[in-house]
Amino acid sequence: MVKSLRNLIALVVFLTVAASATLFADEFSKKDVEKWNKEFMTVVNQGEKLFHSALGTNTVSCDMCHPNAANTHPETYPKFQKQIGKVVALRDMINWCIQNPLEGEPLKLDDPKMIALEAYITWERKGKPLEPGRH
Amino acid sequence: MKKKMTRRRFLKRTAVAAAAASLPLSVVEFSWGSGSGKNFTFAYISDSHLTHIKGTKFVRNFDQGLKKAVTECNFMSPKPDFVVYGGDLAQLGKREELDHGLEIISRLRHPVKWVIGEHDYYLDLGRYWQEKMGKLNYSFDHKGVHFVVLNSILTYEPWIKQWKTPQERMANMARLDNPKGSPFIVGDLQIEWMKLDLAKVSKDTPVVVMSHSPLYKIFKPWNFWTDDAEKVQNVLKHFNNVTVLHGHVHQIMYNQIGNITFEAMMSTSWPWPYPVSYIKKPNQVPKLTVMMNRADPFHERDATGWSILDMENGRVTNHYKLWENKDRILKYDDKLGYPVDTEYQAPASRIPPQDHY
Ligand code: HEC
Ligand SMILES: [Fe+2]
Ligand SMILES: [Fe+2]
Repeated sequence: MVKSLRNLIALVVFLTVAASATLFADEFSKKDVEKWNKEFMTVVNQGEKLFHSALGTNTVSCDMCHPNAANTHPETYPKFQKQIGKVVALRDMINWCIQNPLEGEPLKLDDPKMIALEAYITWERKGKPLEPGRH
Repeated sequence: MKKKMTRRRFLKRTAVAAAAASLPLSVVEFSWGSGSGKNFTFAYISDSHLTHIKGTKFVRNFDQGLKKAVTECNFMSPKPDFVVYGGDLAQLGKREELDHGLEIISRLRHPVKWVIGEHDYYLDLGRYWQEKMGKLNYSFDHKGVHFVVLNSILTYEPWIKQWKTPQERMANMARLDNPKGSPFIVGDLQIEWMKLDLAKVSKDTPVVVMSHSPLYKIFKPWNFWTDDAEKVQNVLKHFNNVTVLHGHVHQIMYNQIGNITFEAMMSTSWPWPYPVSYIKKPNQVPKLTVMMNRADPFHERDATGWSILDMENGRVTNHYKLWENKDRILKYDDKLGYPVDTEYQAPASRIPPQDHY
């Protein structure tokens, strides 16, 4: 008696869960993908704007030296930077360029602006195979 | 030609050398020149992009580049016959920037020939430049060589007229990767002028054309491109010996198209990536070019510099003076009929930093 009741509860729980598909992490629709991609592209576009604006103190912008974010090589990070003497992330080099050519203050590593810059830089390199460590 | 510096030569130059004590030795032994006949030497400084911040403040980095080139030019021995300024003296065409550039360049002890760049032009369509530097296109003869200077950074009228303000027009031309950009043209009027000018010149006279943009097509998305380049090349094809010297691309680049040799001059401000490193669009970077070393961002003058040009029998030997980097020498090879890098032309002699991706 107790056992069959427990089985029944188990069955009810199973059916309830199965009925609400949203509880499964591995299922999403085309519409979801479109929505997420739109979110992503919004951030890419924010990054593109930042990349083409004066982020430092001297009016200089990233695109002046990196048209279409060329020569930023995001696919090679993390990699050893001989001048820093250790393996660094793309973010470290973004901050390096903000502090030096742009004479600005470094961004916090989790600053939404930093994420946006990374999104734009990597998006311009979309399709390039990852080559961490390459020089 | 650059000769090894002997002790005697060195002593002869000690006065100069002493004055240049703070400069690396390579600066005072630049180009000794051949001194004979019609051979001569001139220098080329380009793309300084002096950037006004506000008041009397300018971007230090870019000021340093131009100042360094001017100082080094003044230590050339023998003296260059003249110095060419190849355009993009300013960043946004402002009077402050052009005046600032003129002030730095006024320290040059040599006569200057001016070529206008798009960053000097699109704020006031070249008015201030013409007032201060002179004509935008002209020609002159020097020791048997006919020089033609072109304003190659014009563009189509509807593009020029679409902007609300001169500042907006300038900003849109200044942005290299601008999807709303417009390709450069020399324009029919100027091509007609050039035809007339060259009509007086014999076929075996060496001709050197100096323009800001390359007079051939490399990469349209970044305006390494002159839309009516073929028309200009057509006018030049009747001459036995033609060299086009241009700025704008901020990198070592050279090419041979038929009888015409093309050589890019260095920028004093910053290097640009080669179009091969932008993977989304196809490019026509000349196969002949052995690329310069990828820049080290920790040395702000790396991959920038200027050029010493030795003119011998109407052919140019181009000494790229690269700061923070080994000089490169480009010499026209009579047998091959195109310019070659004296050290790196053979694929086996190239080094890993010359690989751009
Ligand atoms: C005045 C020129 C200049 C400006 C402005 C500039 N950079 Fe750079 N940056 C360089 C040079 C030169 C390099 C080295 C290029 C190479 O590795 O081929 C470099 C390297 C980098 C690298 C590392 C590339 C690699 O291959 O490892 C990143 C990332 C980068 N820059 C991001 C930025 C960002 C983001 C900005 C704007 C905040 C910026 N840069 C502004 C000149 C500049
Ligand atoms: Fe330039
Ligand atoms: Fe230019």
